[in-house]
Amino acid sequence: MSKLINIQQALGNIRDGMTLMIGGFLAVGTPENLVDGLVGSNMNNFTVIGNDTSFPDKGIGKLVVNRQLQKVIVSHIGTNPETGRQMNAGELIVELVPQGSLAEKIRAGGAGLGGVLTPTGVGTIVEEGKQRLTIDGQDYLLERPLKADVALLKAYKADKAGNLVFRRTARNFNPIMAMAADLVIVEAENIVEVGEIDPDLVMTPGIFVDWIVQA
Amino acid sequence: MDAKTLIAKRVALEMKDGDVVNLGIGIPTLVADQLATGVQVILQSENGFLGLRPAGEGEIDPDLTNAGGKPVSIMPGGSVFDSCMSFAIIRGGHVAATVLGALEVDQEGNLANWMVPGKMVPGMGGAMDLVVGARKVIVAMEHTAKGGAPKILKKCTLPLTAKAEVNMIVTELAVFTVTSEGLVLQEVAPGVTIDMVKASTDAEFTISANCQEMKVQ
Repeated sequence: MSKLINIQQALGNIRDGMTLMIGGFLAVGTPENLVDGLVGSNMNNFTVIGNDTSFPDKGIGKLVVNRQLQKVIVSHIGTNPETGRQMNAGELIVELVPQGSLAEKIRAGGAGLGGVLTPTGVGTIVEEGKQRLTIDGQDYLLERPLKADVALLKAYKADKAGNLVFRRTARNFNPIMAMAADLVIVEAENIVEVGEIDPDLVMTPGIFVDWIVQA
Repeated sequence: MDAKTLIAKRVALEMKDGDVVNLGIGIPTLVADQLATGVQVILQSENGFLGLRPAGEGEIDPDLTNAGGKPVSIMPGGSVFDSCMSFAIIRGGHVAATVLGALEVDQEGNLANWMVPGKMVPGMGGAMDLVVGARKVIVAMEHTAKGGAPKILKKCTLPLTAKAEVNMIVTELAVFTVTSEGLVLQEVAPGVTIDMVKASTDAEFTISANCQEMKVQ
């Protein structure tokens, strides 16, 4: 069965107020065509989970500028002044999470774990509201899993069964998010037939991917 | 030699051949250009690779940037991976040293470098994980803020990046180590006196019996 659809069909799976995971690190590895589709839609009130809010004219940054988000869960907002402005004006909820904790929270969401214990953030404001546990004399924070309704990801190559290959630093959060959302839509630069990707080189197994669109 | 180059040269002496190192933006980035002959480190970039090197002419690849989003290149023998692996490397103690700037650092080794409430809230990015996870945390910064206000304090006033994780502070005036007994002045820069260091430092510190002139090549 081919998982190939067009952008409009892909957007048909998304509703107002959903929680979206969007791959990328400062927009490297972000599915820009899917994001542009969202920008061109009337949908809003999304919660977005991603590494950062990018730049005003790229990736997740465009959704911030277009005021389609009610909350972001990210590690960094410094490259997009509009995020900070909306946060200070009370228009956008910003939950800042240490980058490594964010990755592990998403992994936990997709891996059936009830959370992870990390030493990161102990003794800082990141600890507020979290449980501290001591294991073998070392203090850890309990970081709870994150899940999403839909993940929007970017791959370098996909076969029609959804097996994915990422390229260089465009990999980042994409393979982790593929495991943690109810529905996974991948924008791929190159789409090939099933069997054309060596199983040893598959970075995300196709079972995690619901739909593929051409980048 | 300007202050930033001096700091970078001194920090570079802490690097051993083969170390896996993560460099923050600003002065820390300069360290890579100051390594001694015969010392090659493997630069880790938290967006997901080992073997970072500057991009040469015509080497711009939109899929390959540093953690600041700037185009870079990758050494032969480098490797790329996802964010979980990247932070397993960082948090798991597989990074020998991280070099970061600071807004404030204090005599207990606390570091504040990620936000100024009400003014600047960029987010911590990977800094909290790096400072907790790297085997050695080196703060490389100018000794005082613009206007001369001390940045090396008795107690940080800004929200912390991490508690008691800093091992060493290198500035254009001095080198301190952070010990369980507090800060120890190890070196002063050429032409700098201990009184000059005291005048620019809020933190209390002891002076090493072996305190010497800053080692730079």
